[in-house]
Amino acid sequence: MATKTEVVPTETDLRNLATDVVDRAMKAGATAAESVVREGNEFSTVVRMGSVETLKESGSRAMGLRVFMGQRSASTYSSDFTEDGIQRLVKGAVELAHVTSEDSFSGLPDPSELGSLSNDLQLYFDDVYSLPPEERIDYARRAERAALDVDPRLKNSDGGSFDAGTGHKVLANSLGFVGEYRRSSCSLSAVPIAQVEGGSMQRDYWFSVARTLAKLDSPEAVGREAARRTLRRIGARKISSTEAPIVLDPMVSVSILGNIFEGATGDAVYRQSSFMAGKLGEKIAGSNITVIDDGTIVGGFGSEPFDGEGVPTRRTVVIENGELKSYLLNTYTARKLGMKTTGNASRGLAGSPGIGAGNFFLQPGTRTPQQIIGDVKRGFYVTEFMGFGVNLVTGDFSRGASGLWIENGELTYPVEEVTVAGNLKDMLNNISEIGNDLVFRGSSACPTLRIDGMTIAGA
Amino acid sequence: MTHTQSLFFQKFAITPNDLQRYLGEALSAGGEYADLYFEYLTSTSIAVEESIVKSASQGISAGCGVRVLSGERTGYAYTDDLAPEKIMRAARTAALIARGPATQPVQNLKEAAGHQLYQVSSPSADADIASKLELVMRSDKAGRAFDPRIVQVRASYVDELRQILVIGSDGTYATDVQPMARFSVSCIAKSGENSARGASGGGGRVGLDFYQNEKTPEYYATEAARQAIIQLDAREAPAGEMEVVLGPGWPGILLHEAIGHGLEADFNRKGTSAFAGLIGKRVASEKCTVVDNGTLPSRRGSINVDDEGSPTQNTVLIEKGILKGYLSDKLSSKLMGMPDTGNGRRESYEHIPMPRMTNTYMLAGEDTPEDIIKSVKRGLYAVNFGGGQVDITNGKFVFSTSEAYMIEDGKVTAPLKNCTLIGNGPDALTKVSMVGNDLKLDEGVGTCGKDGQSVPVGVGIPTIKLDSMTVGGTAR
Repeated sequence: MATKTEVVPTETDLRNLATDVVDRAMKAGATAAESVVREGNEFSTVVRMGSVETLKESGSRAMGLRVFMGQRSASTYSSDFTEDGIQRLVKGAVELAHVTSEDSFSGLPDPSELGSLSNDLQLYFDDVYSLPPEERIDYARRAERAALDVDPRLKNSDGGSFDAGTGHKVLANSLGFVGEYRRSSCSLSAVPIAQVEGGSMQRDYWFSVARTLAKLDSPEAVGREAARRTLRRIGARKISSTEAPIVLDPMVSVSILGNIFEGATGDAVYRQSSFMAGKLGEKIAGSNITVIDDGTIVGGFGSEPFDGEGVPTRRTVVIENGELKSYLLNTYTARKLGMKTTGNASRGLAGSPGIGAGNFFLQPGTRTPQQIIGDVKRGFYVTEFMGFGVNLVTGDFSRGASGLWIENGELTYPVEEVTVAGNLKDMLNNISEIGNDLVFRGSSACPTLRIDGMTIAGA
Repeated sequence: MTHTQSLFFQKFAITPNDLQRYLGEALSAGGEYADLYFEYLTSTSIAVEESIVKSASQGISAGCGVRVLSGERTGYAYTDDLAPEKIMRAARTAALIARGPATQPVQNLKEAAGHQLYQVSSPSADADIASKLELVMRSDKAGRAFDPRIVQVRASYVDELRQILVIGSDGTYATDVQPMARFSVSCIAKSGENSARGASGGGGRVGLDFYQNEKTPEYYATEAARQAIIQLDAREAPAGEMEVVLGPGWPGILLHEAIGHGLEADFNRKGTSAFAGLIGKRVASEKCTVVDNGTLPSRRGSINVDDEGSPTQNTVLIEKGILKGYLSDKLSSKLMGMPDTGNGRRESYEHIPMPRMTNTYMLAGEDTPEDIIKSVKRGLYAVNFGGGQVDITNGKFVFSTSEAYMIEDGKVTAPLKNCTLIGNGPDALTKVSMVGNDLKLDEGVGTCGKDGQSVPVGVGIPTIKLDSMTVGGTAR
């Protein structure tokens, strides 16, 4: 195995490139322009049954341009940074803008809204690349080993992995905004497989992700938790259809928070494709529910100094004590709805900006998950949802689920091949317990939740 | 070598000599096999909403991925800069998965004869933007005209042209120019307090004329609007096990989730699939024959060669209920001593290829759709679906209806709210008791995700009846 990293990150002068592309677009006839230039490096390795399975290492870069011709707009993107490539990017965008429609709500943000947070958000740590390849591989190997060592029934594995990545992004526009930031991340995971005579195999996983190696959980901790989650699935069975309270593990409750996020985006609201449209100021959830988006948390996975349009990120209370207080907006959707942007523009390379979350979370309660489970006489502790059965227009919710059956406050046997169904509008009002276990394992986080009144379909 | 036709030789001035040199570098540390995947992708996207063109974008991405195999190990590196020194550096990085001196020589590259599956006179990527725009605007108009309760229509058109060159140290040399187009329409209907959504779309490896002559913008718009209006009156879906009838076409997603993923060779090589070790065993009723066929002309899941340069095939997965084979790529076929079925696919040059489906479908049976529905006392009739998912290790899979009805006393009755169906892959198809004579392939909308990589796929199925499946509604 190699002992030194061969791909040296190439440092283009991204800042000059971004402003140059904007200048060229303006010279080519655009009335306003915005460019984004990104560069990134990635490393990943998977170790399976003790041996390296894959080793991947590379860097890439790309740029995107959005131009306005009055109220018309269009965008182009390219990974070709040659003079010829840049010329084509600019020419293409300007030509394309001629065929799109006038939209009176389109345009860059108001100049007074542009800006960038001035404090250090601590998003970038170069230590994610500091380990020599051998040690990175060893991290992955240790995570897998720790999982398989827990129990002889863990006989197989989908591997242990270690990933590291860095990114550098510059955004510039013709109103004079130029902003840039770097981000780093590293992660570890283990996916053990349990097998018992005559029974089906079961698999689960665990992971740790951090912006710096210093904050990554140890491979041993990741492996042991992966083993625990896998072992508790052994012998899972289908249960009869019933109605019972469900308790959602944070890994699962966070997906319901994702549904709330989607429903609160300006795009879904003005398109009337959200069950939350037209409900601003109304009570849409139990008074125990407060949901916040905050792009400014130091070190947060969803933090950035400015959004995809160069507007500073901020803290927005979306639901406060059950009342819908704010939607999440970019410039376009804010104008459509007669409101102000909340600094939630997300910008890919192509197309118009969408809406992205900062750090999006449900405010924790005071009780431990054990206390919440302990109060349930007969219920379903859900550890996994499957599939895409959520309709945001109607709120209808129906997803595959597995987990553990609760009897007299105790977790008993594992359950699989059932569905859990209800409607998000009711579910938000039927959250009867909120755990104190809010932990960010990504840009959104939700504590343990108990929801009453849902239908479990099985045998 | 007909390299003069390939863009990589013309635009990027790569020479056959360079190719041998890159492969030599990739094998320099003792790798057993190396390949390079060159890709140049152009794409266009147009979206209409509220009857105006809301967004239009065009883009180019190009790069080269280098893979080196050494036993079960894979080394991978890529570059988006096709300058020779950058490709050499990627080759050197990938080479280091092995250690030691070079042991394998690079074979002379020879082009294999491939299929000619895309009968596209001029790919739509070349058509002018105004013609595409006109199509999208037509669908907006048709959606709104369908019913006054349609309050929103969103329509989009996306096309791409992917040019690839794959070379391998075993002499593999393949080029392909892969067109793709996709039309999508979604409608929101409102009536009083009720809202509902309907969606439709389609395409494949077709040109713009497909939308002018075969499947028009009006066809997709009407279909999306029809579904939205029907859903306005949807009632609660039932909860529990019952008879389920799947309509023809896109409901073939059942096959994709229930068995397709579980039959991908990598999972079986590692023993992580619920189907591992079941070749020759019964996994479906004898009425079921299922194939994965990458060679159907113009289909979304079809390709002349896979992303390892191997010609695609028609592979029998299940024959009269008996499991016959797996879907394989080069690595798994070598390690398992099984044939390579030409299913090595990847999302882009940034990704490592792995076994993936192409077009997966069940062959027609002898029952009429009418007889199948008549045979059901109380059950579900599902004709359209959203997405699905599978856990290949325990075999549990789900897929969610977007249009379904109750069957009561042999008759299709009320429309139902969206619900998820859940089953167990290795035994779901053993419950198939009737197979219709109406095999239909889907409209060309499927995208499959695996290990974070998306590839276009197709599915198909005739009307079938499953004697029992769990339906995840709320009505008890």
